Amino acid sequence: MKPRTIADKIWEKHVVHREKGKPDLLYVDLHLIHEVTTPQAFGGLRMNRRKVRRPDLTFATVDHDVPTSENRETKDPISKVQISTLEKNCKDFGIRMADIYSPMQGIVHVIGPQLGLTQPGKTIVCGDSHTSTHGAFGALAFGIGTSEVEHVLATQTIWQKKPKTMEIKVNGRLGFGVGAKDLILAIIAKYGIAVGTGCIAEYTGEAVHSLSMEERMTVCNMSIEAGARAGLISPDQTTIDYVKDRPFAPKGAAFEKAAREWLSLATDKGAVYDKTIEIDANEIKPQVTWGTNPSMGASIEDTVPDPDSFATEEKRESAAKALAYMDLKSGTPIRDIPIDVVFIGSCTNSRISDLRQAAQVVRGHHVANGVRALVVPGSQQIRKQAETEGLDTIFTDAGFEWRQPGCSMCLAMNDDIVPAGKRCASTSNRNFEGRQGAGSRTHLVSPAMAAAAAISGHFADVRDLVETK
Amino acid sequence: MQPFNTFEGLVCPIDRINVDTDQIIPKQFLKRVERQGFGQFLFYNWRFDQDGKKNPDFILNQPKYKGASILVARDNFGCGSSREHAPWALQDYGFKVIIAPSFADIFYNNCQKNGVLTVILDPRKVDRLIRASQEKSLKLTVSLENQVITGGFEEHFDIDPYKKKMLIQGLDEIAVTMSYEDEIAAFEKQRA
Repeated sequence: MKPRTIADKIWEKHVVHREKGKPDLLYVDLHLIHEVTTPQAFGGLRMNRRKVRRPDLTFATVDHDVPTSENRETKDPISKVQISTLEKNCKDFGIRMADIYSPMQGIVHVIGPQLGLTQPGKTIVCGDSHTSTHGAFGALAFGIGTSEVEHVLATQTIWQKKPKTMEIKVNGRLGFGVGAKDLILAIIAKYGIAVGTGCIAEYTGEAVHSLSMEERMTVCNMSIEAGARAGLISPDQTTIDYVKDRPFAPKGAAFEKAAREWLSLATDKGAVYDKTIEIDANEIKPQVTWGTNPSMGASIEDTVPDPDSFATEEKRESAAKALAYMDLKSGTPIRDIPIDVVFIGSCTNSRISDLRQAAQVVRGHHVANGVRALVVPGSQQIRKQAETEGLDTIFTDAGFEWRQPGCSMCLAMNDDIVPAGKRCASTSNRNFEGRQGAGSRTHLVSPAMAAAAAISGHFADVRDLVETK
Repeated sequence: MQPFNTFEGLVCPIDRINVDTDQIIPKQFLKRVERQGFGQFLFYNWRFDQDGKKNPDFILNQPKYKGASILVARDNFGCGSSREHAPWALQDYGFKVIIAPSFADIFYNNCQKNGVLTVILDPRKVDRLIRASQEKSLKLTVSLENQVITGGFEEHFDIDPYKKKMLIQGLDEIAVTMSYEDEIAAFEKQRA
């Protein structure tokens, strides 16, 4: 048989209907839903008197709007309606939901894997572009719009034209103090935010397979920032070990059987991709973005670039606009940029290993004067685990706020907002204008680099702050 | 969904690459549970200053683009968040056609599901359209049936035949898919 990529294998297993001149009708194994992109979808179902076809394959939580304050009280009346609307919809349509008081509550892309709902080989959709996160398990996972959410609720299927495949080959190994976030930011800085448009990206190479599952999730999470429809990694023993014993994972003999099938999904030797791009992991340094899209990035050793150094007129204009918005001058060393806010959280970087890395940098230090620093764990389970390990105390002793789980300051739909004109070192995924609040300025970094910035008051090279083990 | 056929309208250019959906509609306006009424928030942070006053420099606030219904922009329009509120806002504001050299995948799909036509044209042609619409008031006619734009310009465009059919007929895709119920049920049975 012709060697195939994992994307091809998963795709073929899920085709319900194929007809010339039409996209394929694909079956959806897992539909994750949240409060912001579903009310209109349920509204459509009600209007047309339609049911949810497979509530058992649907799972809901609240994350985008919810407050991260200790009492979890939603002050905004419009958010309140949105949250209670999801609760009512889940109740009426028989869908399982981790509500705000549930020990399972958290960011949708954090709890799916944690609960074992996310499994290799599944097709997974959610009305959120960072659904690509689940690709870390070798699942085909992609974000959809609200009309498609309604379609999946009603039919458990989705019409999709098969995307092209793109290999992102990562050679070598990441160096000391350089993490998964630096890797994905470096890929996007090198190849741009549209390199993956129309593609399913597969990350391959030694550096990728030596990453933990949590690190793989960070990489796949930002596939959408490279423009890709989905991003995935072929399952290996690391994948199997992570899924084993999770609450929704198969058990006993069923697990053993599933694990064998999952491993067989890995891309065959000699399989051909439509396109391959490469990066050398050894050369990657800790990254900091300076502009208003995720490709506008540099290393901590660099200076803010000169717009004139870009190749095309469009890019020169775009860089000049970005520097004006960010209030940065070209030639300024990245490490001299002062910061006002530090946000450690989001579906990119709020998992236990992210918090451990940040805590390692913070331990024994204090947040710099005038800096507001927040840690927002990705889920209740992570928060609890961190508290068991004493990470919360390390953070609070250092002057960080220790908050309740949610999307929080990544998109600032709740009260966690970066004020206009203020500059934030953020472990999230988007540095678009106004993303963290109207007029806010975002620099994307790894959790360790965010921690280093918090205690320094400006960007700092984490490799200088943490001793080599 | 309203069927799309031939459409005539005034062109408004957004002379930028990588316009993301956070710009098209900022997050503070995603809290509503209705599908309608998002037009007032379109490009909010560009249209209005921090006191909520209209920014006279932003192109949609300029009198000559009042009533524009065809938006022309540069590469990778609609990148970022999957929020369908972006096409809802564009449509509610009055835009029916968006022309660009390339679109982000999810945004492109979301437009189609709402009867907003996204037209991909060669970057040089888009550049000509942007410049022409900056210089003078430009009205274009877009025929989806013939896949052609006319009005001082005559440009053919390509579109996926399935997408074209869905737009022209304005079909309810869920109803169409439900006609495959037997196949969906068979698929589930075979996997169980």
